[in-house]
Amino acid sequence: MTLETAILASSFVEFPFEWHYVRSIVRVSLYVSLVAVALSTLFSLPLALAIGFSEFRGKRLVTAVINTGMGFPSVVVGLVVLFAVSNQGPLGPLNLVFTPEAMILSQFVLAAPVVTGVSLAAVSGVDRRVRDAAYAMGGTRLDVALVVIKEARYGIATAILAGFGRAVSEVGSVLIVGGNIASADGTSYTRTLTTAIQLEARQGRFETAMLLGAILVALVLVVNAIVIRLGGTGGRYR
Amino acid sequence: MTIHRRAVLAGVGGGVAAALAGCLALDDGDDTERPALSGETLRLTTTTSTYDTGLLDDLNAPFEARYGVTVETVGLGTAAALETARSGDADVVLVHARSLEDEFLREGYGVNRRDLMFNDFVIVGDPDDPAGVGATEDALEAFERIADAEATFVSRGDNSGTHTKELEIWAATAVGDERGEWYREAGDGMGMILNQANQSGGYTLSDRGTYLSMRETLDLEILLEGPIEDGPDRLANPYGIVAVNPAVYDHVEYDLAMAYIGYLTGPEGHDRIESYTANGEQLFFPEALSADPNFEQYVPADWSRAGND
Repeated sequence: MTLETAILASSFVEFPFEWHYVRSIVRVSLYVSLVAVALSTLFSLPLALAIGFSEFRGKRLVTAVINTGMGFPSVVVGLVVLFAVSNQGPLGPLNLVFTPEAMILSQFVLAAPVVTGVSLAAVSGVDRRVRDAAYAMGGTRLDVALVVIKEARYGIATAILAGFGRAVSEVGSVLIVGGNIASADGTSYTRTLTTAIQLEARQGRFETAMLLGAILVALVLVVNAIVIRLGGTGGRYR
Repeated sequence: MTIHRRAVLAGVGGGVAAALAGCLALDDGDDTERPALSGETLRLTTTTSTYDTGLLDDLNAPFEARYGVTVETVGLGTAAALETARSGDADVVLVHARSLEDEFLREGYGVNRRDLMFNDFVIVGDPDDPAGVGATEDALEAFERIADAEATFVSRGDNSGTHTKELEIWAATAVGDERGEWYREAGDGMGMILNQANQSGGYTLSDRGTYLSMRETLDLEILLEGPIEDGPDRLANPYGIVAVNPAVYDHVEYDLAMAYIGYLTGPEGHDRIESYTANGEQLFFPEALSADPNFEQYVPADWSRAGND
């Protein structure tokens, strides 16, 4: 509420910079990035466990591919996803182009390698004896996986945070597949904090862009604090 | 609408795992709660120069209220706006490069083109004006002076309507394609180019609308006016609106697109465009309402029956 007052009181408030506008942008940003990261985690964590637990030929190659994916340029991902969801693309019939769901798809592609790669490193770092002990005590594969996840939870939390950071802060792909759409009354549809910053900067409203940037940084800080806090609580009750 | 969307978001946020499927299903739910026609979404791709002025928000709100629909506006360069429509990802296109619009019509992707409004381009630059652009009344000479002085010129470089116009002017000058390091292709929207020209003390070609809407943040001055302020006709900047052909893409919202074109080219759109101002100045001049027939607006500029046979 104080932030709202501060923003409204500042001298550089100009249309379309209104509280309603900012709130809807934050909502879209969080919705898209959180869903994308949640889906990435559901996809990546089992994958990281599977790769981490097994020995197979080409494991180093797979790891190298995942690590390469962590640095994949977001505009390229945006372009590929745009082609996929465009009316003429393979996902055309789903009518996803310029929707939040298309943005979730592109952010999923961006975040999944990060979550997979960092989780894999964390899982691989768990002492082999922990796994062996879990097996020896008659644990099922699921039990062993849970034990390893518990041991590697800080690394996994870091992986999820890194994925979230990548998703929420990237501008290239969401701009291309989302179209940066806000309705006439200032309600964001596919406009995120990053694409809004880009738009404000393009229009020379640098103060507004800076303010949105501050909100974005604050948001990432809050999410990090929450996740670290959850991780810490888990440790206390072990 | 706002509340409803929030409900949709909340509902989907709850079912994280089924987010994609869930949201699509909820979209279907939208339609059943409203009368058949309303609740539809019209997707407009348009140029950054109209988008950045805020005109479309002013135009779209009453249209949305009247028909109970949503207009999704995507601001791109003119070429990208047309290309998006070519892929069937837009219902209606509002752009300002007649040659590109004509190509779009000839290929069969667009139907029912109308002239909508016009403003003009202006050559802006640092008030010091090292190349002496302010001393000429001719657009070609202005560009040649910039080239002779090797003064910084920031180009859109993005295949937009403004970029198309700029290249047309260069092509008509003695300079042609021989442009040196002073010529910078920035590849960005008009607002960003104005900022760059401002930062680097350079010149650029801008549509009057974007320049006026940003003038307070810029040190740049108009050095050569366009036809609205009695400048050369070469700097005219007409905007056209085209519906995407439903015979090519049967999923496009053609009825709604035509309702939108009807609204913009009718009396209400006329009045709203005419009364839209930024910093106290009118940005666009509507030209759709006219008692004198102007048949050229419906067909490619050089079209003739004989030439088409």
